[in-house]
Amino acid sequence: MQKFINDPSLVVDEMLQGYVNAHPDLVSHTENDRVLKYKHAPVEGKVGIVTGGGSGHKPAFVGYIGKNMCDAVAVGEIFTSPPAQMFLDAIKAADSGKGVAILYGNYAGDNMNVSMAMEEAEDEGIRVKKVVANDDVPSAPLSEREKRRGVAGEILMWKVGGARAAMGASLDEVIAASQKAIDNTRSIGVGLSGCTIPDVGHPNFSVDPGKMEVGIGHHGEPGIEVADLETAAEVARRMVDVVLPDLPFEKEDEVVLLLSGLGSTPVMELYILYRDVIAKLEEKGLRVYLSYVGNYFTSLEMAGATLTLMKLDEELKQCIDYEADSVGLRQFQRNIH
Amino acid sequence: MSTFKNSEGAVIVDRMIVVIQENKQFLSDIDGLIGDGDHGVNMNKGFTMCREELDNTPGNLAFSALSLSKILIMKIGGSMGPLYGKMFRGFAKELEGKEEIDIHAMAAALEAMLSSVQSISPAKPGDKTLIDTLSPAVAAFKTAASEGKEFEVALDEMKSAAISGRDSTRDMVAQLGRASRLGERSRGVLDAGASSCCLILETLADTTKELLES
Repeated sequence: MQKFINDPSLVVDEMLQGYVNAHPDLVSHTENDRVLKYKHAPVEGKVGIVTGGGSGHKPAFVGYIGKNMCDAVAVGEIFTSPPAQMFLDAIKAADSGKGVAILYGNYAGDNMNVSMAMEEAEDEGIRVKKVVANDDVPSAPLSEREKRRGVAGEILMWKVGGARAAMGASLDEVIAASQKAIDNTRSIGVGLSGCTIPDVGHPNFSVDPGKMEVGIGHHGEPGIEVADLETAAEVARRMVDVVLPDLPFEKEDEVVLLLSGLGSTPVMELYILYRDVIAKLEEKGLRVYLSYVGNYFTSLEMAGATLTLMKLDEELKQCIDYEADSVGLRQFQRNIH
Repeated sequence: MSTFKNSEGAVIVDRMIVVIQENKQFLSDIDGLIGDGDHGVNMNKGFTMCREELDNTPGNLAFSALSLSKILIMKIGGSMGPLYGKMFRGFAKELEGKEEIDIHAMAAALEAMLSSVQSISPAKPGDKTLIDTLSPAVAAFKTAASEGKEFEVALDEMKSAAISGRDSTRDMVAQLGRASRLGERSRGVLDAGASSCCLILETLADTTKELLES
């Protein structure tokens, strides 16, 4: 394996040790060594924002711990849901007494572990509610949207939920805004290579040279089709053609555009793809309000990209414009609209 | 009518712990063919933590199964932690407070194992999961019990159904879980969860028979 590791079974623990030491102004350890929290969490008078999931998606999930973002994160093994105890400890680390919103992606393990942690938290008198992200269009038909997986759209859900909480909203208001954020969000991934879980030692799947997997999931879940690799402009057209009709996004809609690399695709290529995506969106009459381009939600060293669009209204715009300070997403207050 | 005492039944959980520890590598190896190869490692971690817990705080069968359940639910993660955790919780809750365990109590406990798993998982028979072992095994035991067969015979029939259920996963295409990403490529190998579930049910059958004989 061409990897910078010591012991394959300790990659998550060693990564977390490095992470906290690198960002002491933002994050700190908790009593549970698999739960990291915002240095100032629980923030007095604010609804706590919790997320979590398997590792291997840097900067997700711990990278979105910070000011006006997530307060605490449960960190599982690579591509494996954290146990209920970790989610419970994250809930406790985030709770200031105003309740906790747990905002995570739709995966079987996470659903089970979160629901058990929520039961325990409620038994301990903590108010906790959840929103489950399901923005990945190719993972199930629209009629079965509840089966769709959560992918990079989770970041926009955290951005909105985190901002709404920071504005002083109640738990129900934070939950409603976060749910609206994900309901207005659609994503699609295109994969160009597999990835290797260090403790497994061999790639979990492969994409043949000259091919691409359209609709691939964040752990290599099979997509809609394996096609011949096309130009960036043609890939952009495919992505836009899947995402737009699903919501649907229509002429004059204002959108946030998130284009995330999956791990080993050069950012240069992301900007080429971005150029072609916005050309397609302009053709359809959509207006891009704000763009995020970079490695925001990866899958180890998979090559490829995820396109995410979120349709905006006034509330979502205010949340997106809100100041945020985390390793994965850092922006000043925007005063655009 | 043959029964065994709840107070003597903890040996069932003791044996389950041993069988999981002994099969750690085997379970990880079959998981590695279509999954991420950590099933044996995670199961061994949970069952071994339970061993330490029971060494400190021993109890009867229901208590031991509940201790195992709590560790699997809270400490293991992934999907298997909560699924097996719920399964043992259902088993334990059904047997709690019973001094003697007869064929009907065992039938109810097995039924509770299945319904507890189904309460948190949408898996159906044929999806290539542990349900393909558990569901026919529970059905076989209940049928034998309702037909008035001996406890020992019902256990044998449960065990055979578990084994053939496990083996049936070889020709299935995974519909749920990590292996479902492979689609057709998941055909031809046993499901790791169905295999560990089979080991657990075989151990339950064999150890219960020993208890009934003693």
